[in-house]
Amino acid sequence: MMKEGERYELIFSGSGGQGLILAAIIFAEAAGVHDGFYVCQSQSYGPEARGGYSKAEVIMSKNPIDYPKAIRADLLLSMNQASCDHCFEVLKPEGLLVVDASLVHQIPTNRSVSIPFTEIARKSAGKEMVANMVALGAVGRISQSVSLKSLETALVARVPKRTVEMNLKALHAGIEAAEAVDLSALPKTIVPEDDEL
Amino acid sequence: MSGNLPNRRLIQGNEAIVEGALAAGCRFFAGYPITPASEISEILSARMPEVGGTFIQMEDEIASMGAIIGASLAGTKSMTATSGPGFSLMQENLGFACIAEVPCVVVNVMRGGPSTGLPTSPAQGDVMQARWGTHGDHPIIVLAVSTVLDSFEITVRAFNLSEKYRVPVIILSDEVVAHTRETVSLPAWEDLEVTDRISPDTPPEWYVPYEGSSSGVPDMAAFGKGYRYHVTGLVHDVRGFPTQRPEEIEAFTSRLFRKISQGFHEIQKVETVFMEDAETAVIAYGSVARSAHRAVIMGRSQGLRVGLLKLVTLFPFPRRLVEPVLHQCKAVLVPEMNMGQISREVNRVNSSACRVIKHNRFDGQLITPEELMPRIEKMTS
Repeated sequence: MMKEGERYELIFSGSGGQGLILAAIIFAEAAGVHDGFYVCQSQSYGPEARGGYSKAEVIMSKNPIDYPKAIRADLLLSMNQASCDHCFEVLKPEGLLVVDASLVHQIPTNRSVSIPFTEIARKSAGKEMVANMVALGAVGRISQSVSLKSLETALVARVPKRTVEMNLKALHAGIEAAEAVDLSALPKTIVPEDDEL
Repeated sequence: MSGNLPNRRLIQGNEAIVEGALAAGCRFFAGYPITPASEISEILSARMPEVGGTFIQMEDEIASMGAIIGASLAGTKSMTATSGPGFSLMQENLGFACIAEVPCVVVNVMRGGPSTGLPTSPAQGDVMQARWGTHGDHPIIVLAVSTVLDSFEITVRAFNLSEKYRVPVIILSDEVVAHTRETVSLPAWEDLEVTDRISPDTPPEWYVPYEGSSSGVPDMAAFGKGYRYHVTGLVHDVRGFPTQRPEEIEAFTSRLFRKISQGFHEIQKVETVFMEDAETAVIAYGSVARSAHRAVIMGRSQGLRVGLLKLVTLFPFPRRLVEPVLHQCKAVLVPEMNMGQISREVNRVNSSACRVIKHNRFDGQLITPEELMPRIEKMTS
């Protein structure tokens, strides 16, 4: 659990059009508006409408947040290989990498959770488009930094009405997929053991 | 925790500016969308009709500035919002607002420049343009925002100062503040202190539009209320008609400056963190003040006696608040996302032995606390 004065930093990365910024906004709204944390949510992306690079950040704290960007991420979600390669160095040694197994094949650390978000989205909700919500559910469950009920509430408020059901299905599928993950079985840091070098 | 506050919302800096403007009584907005200020126009196009105000998307920024001057002369609090390229186009009409003493608020969400520059990247390159962008000797008020809550509160303040002193007020935001979402609990409108311009209480035939009271600020009659007077960009006499008489020109220009200098105590604002026992300080504004805040906390945790002076008012430059810091400290660091604009001002008012160290970044990236740390350590040792 987060202590006073600490920051919890998440990065949602992938390509433009995957809905990572929306996922980050929903996460920030759940943590900030419903769970009562201070949050800062920001994004950076290229000029393309689809494709290209897209990254969204969420900083959470029990105290007011000064520097609004990630310094060392506690959790990095990567929805494609390029963003994984690009953002990995921002991860803390004890940080956790979460990747879309359908799209990221070269994983730079064993301290990672690989879940096929895009495939789950197709199977559970019928559309790859909601892979962002599958990932959001998984990140919410794995990070344990936000209540899942708040995530649901924030999601319902932020997505178009006619898509609520589909998005909720995806969110729950993500949460369920993450429940199968045993974090204690992972190495403690992303730094390779000496004998592996 | 901030959990016990009511009306919590997750909003961007740009949206907070909109809410601040509406809360302050702004009921006219004319603008032309531009990254990274577009959300201000976009949100106001929906919000303004809800409160009975007027939103107009103009053909360009020149016309936008003209439209808000006209609306303000008709008695409505007015605002426009833009970024660097649009701000350049507004300069001529901004000068008209200065000389005709038309209250209005201009938001400039800074991005990389000059010209179209870096549309999606933050910068602080328009500081001197905000002060001196329009030609001629003129006083103007420039305020900088660094958080979402700032964006709300300082916008309310911008309107209050603009109305009270009959002067255009520039709000300088930047891409980072504009697009970062934060949770805020905005106060109810009735809990805010809102200032309105003073209307004349004399009958229309006795009204002398540019006479000015002891404060130097003339009462302002709204067009359409029966008060006939002349508004011009030429230097004018107390009745508003062009003059070439030296004694009238001098009296006019002196009054324009005097009304602002008499209000320095109210207009000039700074915030301080850990300044009580500081031997060194960081002087910063806008989003960079947040990086500096973090760096100062990191410095303190290493035992360094460093403080932060955050400038809220950039112009009139808060000399009376910066000078004591320069006397107190052996060195100050001035980080900016430009080649050094406020650092010049700090140097200008520095009459002590304090060293003024610049730290400049102009690659489209926000200055980080980590890059400030070695500078702070070096200056403290």
